[in-house]
Amino acid sequence: MHIVVCIKQVPDSAQIRVHPVTNTIMRQGVPTIINPYDLFALEEAMRLRDKFGGEVTVLTMGPPSAEDSLRKALTFGANRAVLLTDRFFAGSDTLATSFALATAIKKISDTWGAPDLVFTGKQTIDGDTAQVGPGIAKRLGLMQITYAAKVTEYDAAEGSVTIERRAEGGTQVLKSKLPCLVAMLEGTNEIRRGTMADALRGARAEIIKWNAKEAGVEDLSKCGLKGSPTIVKRVFAPSPRAEKAKFIEIPEGGSLPDALIAEIFTRQPALEADLTELARGF
Amino acid sequence: MSEPKKTPAPAAAGGRASTKKELPEHFKAYKHVWVFVEQERGQVHPVSWELMGAGRILADKLGVELAAVVVGAEGETVRNAVAESFCYGADLAYVCADPALADYRNEAYTAAMTNLVNTYKPEILLLGATTLGRDLAGAVATTLLTGLTADSTELDVDADGSLAATRPTFGGSLLCTIYTLNYRPQMATVRPRVMPMPDRVEKPLGKVIELPLGLAEADIVTKVLNFIPDRESSKSNLAYADVVVAGGMGLGSPENFQLVRQLAQAIGAEYGCSRPLVQKGWVTSDRQIGQTGKTIRPRLYIAAGISGAIQHRVGVEGADLIVAINTDKNAPIFDFAHVGIVTDAIRFLPALTEAFRKRLSAHSRDKLAS
Ligand SMILES: Cc1cc2nc3c(=O)[nH]c(=O)nc-3n(C[C@H](O)[C@H](O)[C@H](O)COP(=O)(O)OP(=O)(O)OC[C@H]3O[C@@H](n4cnc5c(N)ncnc54)[C@H](O)[C@@H]3O)c2cc1C
Ligand SMILES: Nc1ncnc2c1ncn2[C@@H]1O[C@H](COP(=O)(O)O)[C@@H](O)[C@H]1O
Repeated sequence: MHIVVCIKQVPDSAQIRVHPVTNTIMRQGVPTIINPYDLFALEEAMRLRDKFGGEVTVLTMGPPSAEDSLRKALTFGANRAVLLTDRFFAGSDTLATSFALATAIKKISDTWGAPDLVFTGKQTIDGDTAQVGPGIAKRLGLMQITYAAKVTEYDAAEGSVTIERRAEGGTQVLKSKLPCLVAMLEGTNEIRRGTMADALRGARAEIIKWNAKEAGVEDLSKCGLKGSPTIVKRVFAPSPRAEKAKFIEIPEGGSLPDALIAEIFTRQPALEADLTELARGF
Repeated sequence: MSEPKKTPAPAAAGGRASTKKELPEHFKAYKHVWVFVEQERGQVHPVSWELMGAGRILADKLGVELAAVVVGAEGETVRNAVAESFCYGADLAYVCADPALADYRNEAYTAAMTNLVNTYKPEILLLGATTLGRDLAGAVATTLLTGLTADSTELDVDADGSLAATRPTFGGSLLCTIYTLNYRPQMATVRPRVMPMPDRVEKPLGKVIELPLGLAEADIVTKVLNFIPDRESSKSNLAYADVVVAGGMGLGSPENFQLVRQLAQAIGAEYGCSRPLVQKGWVTSDRQIGQTGKTIRPRLYIAAGISGAIQHRVGVEGADLIVAINTDKNAPIFDFAHVGIVTDAIRFLPALTEAFRKRLSAHSRDKLAS
């Protein structure tokens, strides 16, 4: 079997800082990681490969430095890595991103065989839209299963896959046809460390790099800013409340907790009776 | 390189970004605001009515109609959802009812929605950012080749009638406003509880327009083998709770997080946390509050050791009363909290729990005695 896994290199969110005056992201020196959600997708793909045989190709679109994330994926055990990088892709929104990735997947398919499954993470931690997966599926005409918790069955002969999907209020068990796009939920497995052999191979392996043309993009107007129907017009800091927070201090002869409780019940008089009711329930 | 990638540079505010071309001719017929009414297994998701409230405001500003879109299997639930749509403010309803739509499946729902959009041409289409809504919205937007803003926290229309959808951008303290100027419909998803629930006003059924699905069950490749409902006990009622107590990194350890749970328990509140605690595995993800967790609108929210990053802020701003406990008097949370206490939460929380217990049990005794 052949599985393509889309991974994205993202800034390690906890460490991003915003310039207090210019409101721009200060990226210098911000470490990057593989989008944590995508690791669940990668692991699930590698488990299927280990069981049924075949190859896992990881694909990312990003700046040349995204090579680091691909190399990391190789050391975990992916078989092949493709980096889609071109200034024409800059400023892509989710529609343009899914176009670029779908085009590259077609090329991957022509070069190394059609994938049975395409995996993505549930969402990225920087874009956080959960739209790119469905976007790729629609552009390639694949079946789509998002919020996947587990691939429970894979039947190459029948060309089917059975997946447990997180739905509102419960778990849906879906059976669909291959090829299928699966967006993996978090917490579903744990990324392996990779073997020593993988580490050695990963360190040396060639990362395949494609620009837009090499990836097979014919219409550049579908890429980057040009191909993005959404437009970011304004970036701004949220305004503080008109009325500043009232700071409670220890009253003379009183206690801080009591002063706070008094303040809460003065502002929300109905709450006291209701809390008494609620608290009695315990 | 998806969405927010282009937000950081202020340059995004100039150049092409601000140009609004004359809308292409074939888009000029797109009118009216639509809200997707999400219903499954006999229930309408409340986010649908929250969106109906938001949609009403947009439609009134634009001077157009507000329509409910109901997709599902023919029967009681769909009929009910349609009737309720009018009580929550819809002027008319579009319905696609078919037995093949009984369970949510992307293929069938995407077909139903794109059919409806292509036939009746809305200018704005809003969906809830639920697992169903996000699965559907991404597929519909790509099929229609239009723009979609995920998890918006504010919706408005500009003087020229464009939808302005605002959401936090990555980083920690910024918001951005996103437009889909030259494509239709303009799509956005909104998480549950971000918009206030509008009042329900008894109304008679209005105009209902039906469109057939045009797909037979045999055409739909994906089959639902089973649905396993969540155990009642594992559901937290965080989003709809009256009182919420939450803790952040300021608590320093999973053991100290118990102080938050103890306070919550003493006052009958639900407990929650900021995202890093989930990432560290201290608390389960269904307890995360904020942009990528739950949005809450309680009457009282107590945040201990939480700095108040924008992704957290947007999840709690709807609370009636926000109390923040933080050692840093310059923490951003004090920019939006109503009441602040500058102190060590690890020492303060047990004292607060005790004080609440005393005060509330004194009342209970009063009540029992009377
Ligand atoms: C795409 C994206 C989505 C995100 N989504 C969410 C989300 O949904 N929800 C969310 O919460 N975050 C989210 N975040 C993360 C967010 O940006 C912040 O990093 C996070 O909210 C910070 O958590 P915190 O306030 O607990 O920790 P910190 O920012 O580390 O703050 C800890 C606070 O505790 C205070 N403190 C320290 N010691 C004490 C003490 N003893 N007593 C009292 N106070 C003390 C400190 O002064 C500080 O203000 C998201 C980030 C990104 C990039
Ligand atoms: N630039 C990218 N390169 C590769 N995969 C991506 C990229 N952007 C998004 N994805 C994939 O799409 C998923 C959803 O992303 P998003 O829509 O940004 O939340 C991610 O978890 C990735 O698997």
